[in-house]
Amino acid sequence: MGIEFFTLMKSELLLTLIIFILLFLKVWDGIKDNTTLLHITNTLLFINLLSGFFFNTSGELFSGMYHTNEVLSLEKNILNLGTFIISLQAYDWLKTHKHLLEFYILLLCTLLGMFFMISSGNFLMFYLGLELSTIPLAALVNFELGKLKSSEAAMKMIFSSAFASGITLFGISMLYGTTGTLNFTEMALHITGSKLQLYAFILIFTGFAFKLSAVPFHLWTADVYEGAPVSVTSYLSVISKASIVFIFITVLYTLFRSYEVMWYNMLFLTIVLTVTIGNLFAIRQNNIKRFLAFSSISQVGYILLGLTAGTGMGASSAIYFLVIYTFSNLGAFGVIALISAKTGKENISDYKGLYATNPALTWVLTISLFSLAGIPPTAGFFGKMFLVTSGASKGNYTLIIIAVLNMVISLFYYLRIVKAMFMETNDNPIEKLTSSRSLKFALVLCMIGVIATGFTSGLFDNINTLIGK
Amino acid sequence: MMNLSILILVPLITAIIVMFCRNASQVRWISLAGSLVQLVLCFTLLYFYLHERSAGNTAQMLFESRYSWYSALNIELYTGVDGISVAMILLTATVVFTGVLISWKIEKLTKEYFLLLLLLGMGAYGFFISLDLFTMFFFLEIAVIPKFLLIGIWGSGRKEYSALKLALMLMTGSALVLIGILSLYFHTDIGNGQHTFDLVKISQLHIPIETQRFIFPLLFTGFGIFTAMFPFHTWAPDGHSSAPTAASMFLAGISMKLGGYGCLRVATYLMPEAAKEYAWIIILVATIAIIYGAFATMMQKDLKYINAYSSVSHCGFVLLGIGMLTKTAIIGAVMQMVAHGLMTALFFGAIGMIYDRTHTRQVDELGGLLKAMPFIGTIYVVAGLCSLGLPGFSGFVAEMTIFMGSWQRPDAYYRIATVLSCASIVVTAVYILRAAGKVIMGPLKAPHMHDLKDATWNEKLAAATLVLGIVAIGIVPFYLVNLVSPDTQHIMDNITRSIAVK
Repeated sequence: MGIEFFTLMKSELLLTLIIFILLFLKVWDGIKDNTTLLHITNTLLFINLLSGFFFNTSGELFSGMYHTNEVLSLEKNILNLGTFIISLQAYDWLKTHKHLLEFYILLLCTLLGMFFMISSGNFLMFYLGLELSTIPLAALVNFELGKLKSSEAAMKMIFSSAFASGITLFGISMLYGTTGTLNFTEMALHITGSKLQLYAFILIFTGFAFKLSAVPFHLWTADVYEGAPVSVTSYLSVISKASIVFIFITVLYTLFRSYEVMWYNMLFLTIVLTVTIGNLFAIRQNNIKRFLAFSSISQVGYILLGLTAGTGMGASSAIYFLVIYTFSNLGAFGVIALISAKTGKENISDYKGLYATNPALTWVLTISLFSLAGIPPTAGFFGKMFLVTSGASKGNYTLIIIAVLNMVISLFYYLRIVKAMFMETNDNPIEKLTSSRSLKFALVLCMIGVIATGFTSGLFDNINTLIGK
Repeated sequence: MMNLSILILVPLITAIIVMFCRNASQVRWISLAGSLVQLVLCFTLLYFYLHERSAGNTAQMLFESRYSWYSALNIELYTGVDGISVAMILLTATVVFTGVLISWKIEKLTKEYFLLLLLLGMGAYGFFISLDLFTMFFFLEIAVIPKFLLIGIWGSGRKEYSALKLALMLMTGSALVLIGILSLYFHTDIGNGQHTFDLVKISQLHIPIETQRFIFPLLFTGFGIFTAMFPFHTWAPDGHSSAPTAASMFLAGISMKLGGYGCLRVATYLMPEAAKEYAWIIILVATIAIIYGAFATMMQKDLKYINAYSSVSHCGFVLLGIGMLTKTAIIGAVMQMVAHGLMTALFFGAIGMIYDRTHTRQVDELGGLLKAMPFIGTIYVVAGLCSLGLPGFSGFVAEMTIFMGSWQRPDAYYRIATVLSCASIVVTAVYILRAAGKVIMGPLKAPHMHDLKDATWNEKLAAATLVLGIVAIGIVPFYLVNLVSPDTQHIMDNITRSIAVK
């Protein structure tokens, strides 16, 4: 063990330390003022984010159960960044919440679980991380304590998650039975393509599809997203999804490499269903949170499209897209969170004429939506382009045509909101809102991200070099 | 020598300054100054370009510069111009400059309006100077969304419907272009499993005909949607008629030209064999557009719809010229793009001025405007006469060149198409003369129309600039021909070379 233990696991250890500090604060109960507590937590999260950029090494611990390298550190940084932004955005909501510290403790526990999951080199560790990242999340979904819908969402979430975990576990147990090991690298050597292993693979794939809310396993998403507090919704749709994608890359690309043809076809089907059905449902939504839920379903389809490439390019385009997706989705959620917290309005028709009263918020939401739709010069354009380019590298143009035409459909519903905000008038418009400094900072951060990560090629090149190593 | 990136930077910097302006008047003047600088820059570019060419520089592209952008995918910020792009850049600069002048009176959200105009212009400049397919596509898409907002916010009539229809149809076009570009990319092998988006490099590769058969329709249709190719023209009438004046000018004067340029530079130039194979379809579609557009125009009663449908017809000539695949016809197509861009900008400008004063665009409700507003009446007639192809104006030389080029194709099919297209000019004359006659001649329809104010200085300046351009091309067309001709030869060489290899 020794010093290596501390350097390799530094992200997890720091996060655990923060959780302990928060726990201590809770037990001590010395600070009653929510604002002070929020400042403390945000500072801690900021330190956590910064520390992720230094002293990143690669290596493994516990005989391969835990491993880390620069790509994984980068992925953890993305998650840290997203969590930090969400925490800033939750400021207005949490300022008056009586269970502020519990919120953060649960939130950081899920983050810790995700870190372990991403870094896992072994199915045991993977499953541990997966559960740690899911169960507290269900409690978080229930954090709108007075609302029945929130409890309903939490129940739905815990049931579907448990079901998905069960399926995954079933698959894992079969793999263990046929290969005799739980270690990814050793297991990969023993995957021979027997029927039982194939069956196991399908089960594991299904479990992932559940967590990613890919169609046809998406049914829990909209209800959960709608019922949960906006900050938790954004956490679910960005951080939780991103972490699953990260580990999915490892599972597909290293563990099940020999099944490439198989998973390509499965992904093909999933992508076609996901983008199409996600889009078709998104068009019909009137609640903006449900709308973003379905639009994020279709976004997952594009991420999977990038993964079909099966090359380093595919992985880097997916990771790159997730950075951009973090910025753009959180930009949109930030505005929605503010409006929802201050006015309680969550319908798209409430957003009519928003530009007349809140021009700055409208621009932020518009640019975020443009980025989600993949319109230049926002970064979303580049993200989508590289995903599509990776997807096209296998030369299957049916898939590309379906995906690209779906981008046009998605444009329709994104533009519908832009249209409502800019072009339509409202008898009862949302009044002029003032946002807290912390939310402003979060939104500015998102906007810088949405614009600057695009046409400056540094980030993508960086990811690509790291993956290539 | 000149670094072309400046053509993107000037509008960008102008837009950034506009963002920090405090009042509407500052916004206007800064936008005007920016577009004037850009216009001057474009003429400087023309000067340098001609200077280089006359000094004997026969390189295909001049003023090339390359910056690596996304090196993992070999995407470069690769810019360079030839005569065709210089012509298109000049057109863009002129239309942007006059568009800013025409929009002087915009009161609603002035800052946003000019910001979007400048952004739209930037997209067009970027598109015309890029020689990298990805970069080109990037700028093509940049030019779409400002149109949506311009029409939707400042438009009139069924503006939201039109804006959404336009955005979705154009985005479908660009989606097809994207698929085309990507499949093209993966069919370029430059060693080491590397691919390239470099337009010039791709033109030297030999892409197998089977691949071309698949990619060419995607690219041509994609760009065709931008240029209102039949049957994908339906966004154009609605979009034009709902758009505010300057947006109409940009839409018809610049945006539709992006499509024409793309059809020529990307689809036809890179895949000449497929172009040859599919030429009959292009000709068919173009001829239908020309005739259908002309007849549809006859039925219109709204001034903007008249011009919008006639644009469909006129852009059909561009496609006809490209489809004929003879050097003269292609030169004609390029000239038609420039000529139509200037003419239609003037036309929409004039209609905008009339509408601002009379608050109607219905032909039946207008009359005798020449008495009330002699200047505006005159430029409306000038634009109309240019549109119907009166000698001395730009429309005549462009259409004439296309017909000359088309006639060089001896087979009956092409001849019939040419004759039918020629015949459409008669229809054009009917609707233009009828509309112009009703609008400017006769008695004034309403008493308040006696007090209408004639054009203001900004409108006069804009109209004069455009008329100058139209007349210059009409009277001394050989300058434009000489500018475009050597580079058309490059395209022709590529066509003949590829076919010879086969």
